[in-house]
Amino acid sequence: MSQIETFYEVMRRQGITRRSFLKYCSLTASALGLGPSFVPQIAHAMETKPRTPVIWVNGLECTCCSESFIRGAHPLARDVVLSMISLDYCHVLMAAAGHAAEAAMEEAMEQHHGNYILAVEGNPPLNEDRMFCIVGGKPFVEQLRRAAEGAKAIIAWGACASYGCVQAAKRNPTQATPVHKVITDKPIIKIPGCPPIAEVMTGVITYMLTVDRLPELDRQGRPAMFYGQRIHDKCYRRPHFDAGQFVEAWDDDNARKGYCLYKMGCKGPTTYNACSTIGWNEGVSFPIQSGHGCIGCSEDGFWDQGSFYNRLTNIKQFGVEANADQVGMAAAGVVSGAVAVHAAISALKRAQKKTQDKVEG
Amino acid sequence: MRLWHWINAASILVLIVTGYFIGSPPPTMIIGEAYEQFVFGYIRFAHFAAGQVLLIAFLGRIYWAMVGNHHARQLFYVPFWKADFWQEVLFELRWYLFLEKEPKKYVGHNPLAQVAMFFFITLGVTFMVFTGFALYAEGAQEGSLTHDLFGWMHGLTWNSQRMHTLHHPGMWWIVIFMIIHIYVAIREDIMSRQSIVSTMISGHRTFKDDRDD
Repeated sequence: MSQIETFYEVMRRQGITRRSFLKYCSLTASALGLGPSFVPQIAHAMETKPRTPVIWVNGLECTCCSESFIRGAHPLARDVVLSMISLDYCHVLMAAAGHAAEAAMEEAMEQHHGNYILAVEGNPPLNEDRMFCIVGGKPFVEQLRRAAEGAKAIIAWGACASYGCVQAAKRNPTQATPVHKVITDKPIIKIPGCPPIAEVMTGVITYMLTVDRLPELDRQGRPAMFYGQRIHDKCYRRPHFDAGQFVEAWDDDNARKGYCLYKMGCKGPTTYNACSTIGWNEGVSFPIQSGHGCIGCSEDGFWDQGSFYNRLTNIKQFGVEANADQVGMAAAGVVSGAVAVHAAISALKRAQKKTQDKVEG
Repeated sequence: MRLWHWINAASILVLIVTGYFIGSPPPTMIIGEAYEQFVFGYIRFAHFAAGQVLLIAFLGRIYWAMVGNHHARQLFYVPFWKADFWQEVLFELRWYLFLEKEPKKYVGHNPLAQVAMFFFITLGVTFMVFTGFALYAEGAQEGSLTHDLFGWMHGLTWNSQRMHTLHHPGMWWIVIFMIIHIYVAIREDIMSRQSIVSTMISGHRTFKDDRDD
């Protein structure tokens, strides 16, 4: 693969005529509010700009990100993989295996040094000499560091690469570490979720190809266009929340009526994602629509925030399984008791003093 | 001063009751369809409104500490390095532990009260204002004034569930303060040599005897 195809070549290969291509360019120009003089410029860019090479590496993960990605419908994952990007290395999707696969990666890294996008699924474990994840005979973290060197930008797929996910849940025996703590000198786009929504994954890639820059990121490095709002803010059950109508038990009448799942521990109010707007599986549904609360899978440390079915996280620092309100109420009870005892002693003391004063006076 | 105290008392009471209900909602009320009722919405609105009042009152109090006399500043610092201050704290502790026969007289807060006020109210309210407005910023969303001022808080916890978990014990911290505060105020009014409760209402401190200290 000496020369990468340009967008134009890909379009021609897919049976689009030059006439249609030029029509597309002028349509794009007018859609963007540009004059006719821009049409040849757009055509020129499409004719000369090579597809963006992408190297996709997998660390400690479950491949649910890849599974989600290949179900992308808008745009179709097929179009993304076959025509928009040049996926040069990807365990899950590539035909090559073993030495051939590793050789393809070496070649791609060399050829497109400084230009390729590195997509990371999963994270590197650093404990026990980093031996918990081996790729091509070497610890995964070495592959990651090497691939990151020449990358233009890094996409951290899923909760694993973004925050650590289940393998980094408390105790974290393998010391699984999110990408941004290993690679600190490259722009990293986090696409958290377990897995992320397919359309979000393909959407971010499309955006980066179309306007040739990184999407606007929020404070944690997630694209604001998909992670700017809470699930709660766009939830179709929100009116029931504001009305104070909640599902009280999984099999009650309120559950059948589709009331708010807040009391069942829905994490929608603390989770930033696009589930309630884009939906899953081509917009068919999303967890809350199916009658189960959000578990907050796109948030940092979501495995460590207590039960999926409780809004109040247990505080384990006190050595017992209790949430903030139970601890608080117990403390308030103890203080009230102490106050009552203190008041009683005060009254006794005062009575004593009075009799004493009487005797003395 | 007195106005501030009672504005605080009222808004904190509202905040505690509504805050508890937001964390653990009351049983579902079915008055009508969702568009006809706004129960939880009103509870949240009351919580947010009382929070704003508390913040404004607190800012006003800080201003008063800057322009007012040294009693106005008592709330905001503890003279940590002064030995005699701690001696007086010890004295007050002994008074509460029934080891001293007679308390001393103070125009402002007594030293123990000053320490308690500083930790419970100054730090407590500041903590609640910051975590509370950070949570409010989530609803107000990026680009809003609240988000610009308090959104950075989420950079510290990363998962807003953690922010919620921090906000809860803050309430109990202030509830505990209230229990002690009200008890001690009434007890002092009866047993000490100065007025407490009437001072809170009238603003004048009266002493029950004319002896020094």
